[in-house]
Amino acid sequence: MGSATIRAVDGASLQIKSGEFVALLGASGSGKSSLLNLLAGLDSPTSGSVAVGDQDLAKLSRDQLARYRRYTVGMVFQSFNLVPSMTVLENVELPLRFAEVERSKRRAMAAQSLEQVGLAGRLRHRPIELSGGEQQRVAIARALINRPSILLADEPTGNLDSHTGTEVMDLIGNLNETLEMTVVLVTHERDLAEKYANRLISLADGKVISDQINAAKAVARGES
Amino acid sequence: MKLYDSVELAARNLRESLLRNSLTTLGISVGVASLVAMLSLGIGLQQMASRRLQRAGLFDTVVVSSRRDLRSFNREQETEGPAPAQSPELDENARAKITAVRGVIEAYPDLRFIAELRFEDKPHLTMIAGLPLSSKNSDGFEGMQGNFFSGDTAHEVILQKMFAAELLGKNARNPDDISVRDVAQPLLGKQMVLRYAERESGGAGEDSTSYSVLSRELPLTIVGVADLDPDSMRGNFRARLFIPQKLMEGMHAMQAYETRDSAHATSNEPVYSTLVARVSGAGKVDSVEQAIKKLGFNTFSILDATKSLRRFFAILDLFLGIFGSLALTVASIGIINTLVMAILERRREIGIMKAIGASDADVRGLFFAEAGAMGILGGAFGVIMGWVIGRAINFGTNVYLVRQGFSRENIWAVPLWLVGAALAFSFIVSLISGLYPASRAAKLDPVQALRYE
Repeated sequence: MGSATIRAVDGASLQIKSGEFVALLGASGSGKSSLLNLLAGLDSPTSGSVAVGDQDLAKLSRDQLARYRRYTVGMVFQSFNLVPSMTVLENVELPLRFAEVERSKRRAMAAQSLEQVGLAGRLRHRPIELSGGEQQRVAIARALINRPSILLADEPTGNLDSHTGTEVMDLIGNLNETLEMTVVLVTHERDLAEKYANRLISLADGKVISDQINAAKAVARGES
Repeated sequence: MKLYDSVELAARNLRESLLRNSLTTLGISVGVASLVAMLSLGIGLQQMASRRLQRAGLFDTVVVSSRRDLRSFNREQETEGPAPAQSPELDENARAKITAVRGVIEAYPDLRFIAELRFEDKPHLTMIAGLPLSSKNSDGFEGMQGNFFSGDTAHEVILQKMFAAELLGKNARNPDDISVRDVAQPLLGKQMVLRYAERESGGAGEDSTSYSVLSRELPLTIVGVADLDPDSMRGNFRARLFIPQKLMEGMHAMQAYETRDSAHATSNEPVYSTLVARVSGAGKVDSVEQAIKKLGFNTFSILDATKSLRRFFAILDLFLGIFGSLALTVASIGIINTLVMAILERRREIGIMKAIGASDADVRGLFFAEAGAMGILGGAFGVIMGWVIGRAINFGTNVYLVRQGFSRENIWAVPLWLVGAALAFSFIVSLISGLYPASRAAKLDPVQALRYE
């Protein structure tokens, strides 16, 4: 009862370098998704700052935040968040409409993005006709369409079986390596985080409780 | 987002909830239809009234009378200006002055008298009037059969169609039952003889006011038959037969008023009862009337008489419009309701769009486009419905009129501007209805919206 303030993210201070693959770990309610929403420009901090590049998201207007979401970050969600009434191609094309890209170019760009995630043959399908893994790949294609520098993934494998989950994570890891895209992954699965991320940040009650280089990944890299 | 994209997405969204959006659009259609039907009847009635006046061809004329003519003494305008006894006579001098008034094309005496005509050895009695050549382009001659007078003094005659019907022995109570074409064919080119009384002045000199009356005959050729409405408002004497004005003036026919006016006539110069001033356009009638009044004469124009009529119709249209708009107001509440429901249903979708880069303006534009599309579709369908309803009312009214023994009347008109105005009005009302839902959707918090299942 009443209006007690809940601080989902409280005094968390961290820096992420360009090209890093960071995993935000923590139990449900630890504030990892809220932190991701702050990074995505979907939410604004009540105090403090969220600096991405040279801009402070806390000081941007709603319009500027929309532009930031459109061009700088791409988001992938646990529940895919595709528009059910649109085809796969139209879903991927949607951010380009907001970016006012010409109609003729849009189709080609969306098709190319879908090809990148291995879905070239499913352009005309509706999301409901695809498997969970395929839907998540459509979401990734959509997140990549405006060539953002940061990919934010909120439990991207949460609704997938382990096999397709691995496929999706391989895809994200590949984007990080080949395009040098900064990836921030929110997950509660430590194994997954350790397999793909360079850096593991644990949160509890909105605070950073540990921030470490993923030794396992560094070793794996060192070996390869 | 570009307008085209907004419209495309809006159309897609409207198709998604087809039934609900169709019902909302139907609501708008009913609103627009009632508006169009109401106003088309108002406009139709107005046109019916002015059509009768226009048929008289008198919208661009001012009738001038002398204040000495006491027949209309109790009229308002008589209380101003010089007393009747001091006011100028309506003679050739006055005619010249009136002709010189800015905006007046010509002024001619309104000459008319009752004469006997013989056509195919049968006598007919009717009012005959002079008509200047400039009347040729008057609205009253629209649809005239045959030709206008070939010259100012030509021995030619134009018949009003009811008189033409009488000559042919046709008896019709209703002017609309007589077709100008039908009665003109057997009459054009035929001869008739006019018998009239000529006023011949006494010899010049002291006894200049004396005159004698001679009986004359004048052969005339029928050159035209026109639809001039005998019930039009041309004074007390409605003519059904017209000859060239100059011919009329040269005939010195005995005028009905001359015995009365002869009491104060001081010369042999004619003094007219009324002059008709033809004005270059209906818009100038007012200023010409004012100028002639300053000269000390009384004036009268059809525009004067229709002023209160026009005011009546303006008020009627306003009320019809308000009643018609009520239905559209109810429909606009329907739009608000539909769109607010759509926000609830599509909350998550709005969240997704915002997460992938849609601005507040994009979301707002999308809802505006949906409201606008419903407005335009509803407006278009409503105009068609209103048109059909108007026609149906017109048809029903005519059936009733005919049963009651009246002639058919077109009491319904949908001018193009009404179609355009109805569409624009429906579009604007829809956009206004979309204001609240659109801004509500735009302000939606994306984090909350994405959490919504």
